[in-house]
Amino acid sequence: MIETGTLRVKTGLAEMLKGGVIMDVTDAEQAKIAEDAGAVAVMALERVPADIRAAGGVARMADPTKIEEIINAVTIPVMAKARIGHFVEAQILEALGVDYIDESEVLTPADEEHHINKWDFKVPFVCGCRDLGEALRRISEGAAMIRTKGEPGTGNIVEAVRHMRSVNGGIAWLKGLRDDELFAVAKELQAPYELVKWVHDNGRLPVVNFSAGGVATPADAALMMQLGADGVFVGSGIFKSEEEYVAKRAKAIVQATTHYGDPELLARVSKDLGEPMVGIEISQIPQAEMMQERGW
Amino acid sequence: MNNIKIGVLALQGAIREHTQHIEALGATGVAVKWPRDLSEVAGLIIPGGESTTIGKLMVEYGFTEAIRDFNAAGKPIYGTCAGMILLAKKITEGNQPLLSLMNIEARRNAFGRQRESFEADLDIKDIGLFKAIFIRAPWIETVGESVETMAEFGNIKVMARQGSLLASAFHPELTGDLRVHKYFLDMIKEA
Repeated sequence: MIETGTLRVKTGLAEMLKGGVIMDVTDAEQAKIAEDAGAVAVMALERVPADIRAAGGVARMADPTKIEEIINAVTIPVMAKARIGHFVEAQILEALGVDYIDESEVLTPADEEHHINKWDFKVPFVCGCRDLGEALRRISEGAAMIRTKGEPGTGNIVEAVRHMRSVNGGIAWLKGLRDDELFAVAKELQAPYELVKWVHDNGRLPVVNFSAGGVATPADAALMMQLGADGVFVGSGIFKSEEEYVAKRAKAIVQATTHYGDPELLARVSKDLGEPMVGIEISQIPQAEMMQERGW
Repeated sequence: MNNIKIGVLALQGAIREHTQHIEALGATGVAVKWPRDLSEVAGLIIPGGESTTIGKLMVEYGFTEAIRDFNAAGKPIYGTCAGMILLAKKITEGNQPLLSLMNIEARRNAFGRQRESFEADLDIKDIGLFKAIFIRAPWIETVGESVETMAEFGNIKVMARQGSLLASAFHPELTGDLRVHKYFLDMIKEA
């Protein structure tokens, strides 16, 4: 008997991406650059988060023409973003043959109460989180991969660090609790008891957890890996940096993610990369424009 | 023979799962991050992951020659999915770094995209019925001289052995079943 879309097949692809870099790309040419640099997957977008932030207005799923162009350009997996709660955008992405759907706070939410019921799909989903409770809520809705949110399009790693520490700190805390305390904790985390118990027993999330939202340099990528990320999403950090050095920076971030614990290698690959993207100080962003606040 | 060390090529991919299987069999798993790490292991697993990424990093860090030498010394190597592609003598399409050790031709993403990824029961020679997980998996298009096909899905070849080289298109490390890893451990013991 053949079964497609099983949980093991969905989480399995994320396991295969571990230790790798997933890069935001907006056309076939960028997708090729990412693949040549050693990206494990690309995220097909109409605009990178920094440009979405600058443009304002409603940000939606990318044009299917654009997504197909990128699918046809590379042999590595292609991901694409749907708005939070917009299950029809997700249906369209599945029909296009996208390998992973990111239900993403980078786009304008379509539903302020409900996320997509991801169990309805054969294609796997990745979702953002800021803490352990949010991660477990997304997993209970069927997410097969998690990423910490950070603050997309800022080139500022501070929120990514905060969220990774929060998730992993939460796991360490949960691990140390007594069995009889887990019922009340499940209520507090607003997450199903079974998932809370699983994390308590195993000391990790049941799915892979990548870092996202603010990586701009090889050092940023290695920092997130040392803090316990399984891999790294780089959004604006590559294609919003100095153009002449884009391919070199992309390759350097891949190497830094593989050898994150090796300062000598990090020093070597961090040399001569041109100017990184211009960063944004988080306190300068109006509250209403904070992407990480989207979703619950 | 108790403390056999088995390396897992730790450039990218499902390194943790293979290491857990190795340790569950009572052997020691070693993350192979640099070619020098190969000197301390008796066998090597090349895990699933992105074959283009692993291939590029392999070249970058001088693994290609080091792994060929490891093989020439008679030490067993097992490649799963991306690992199988990297072991293959050639691939049907595209141009990417390969170890070109095993007399097979592999087709990348042969079964399709992620929505076509699947689980199925296979009958593996010397092992028996096995729940196989295929993820954007390759298949073996053709086998050459001295290669023994160990499992087929329909009439598609998905697992093969050539002397001290073992390759599967699927992922036994994603199941709780240790038999394929046990088979590889026995290959190391016999080497």
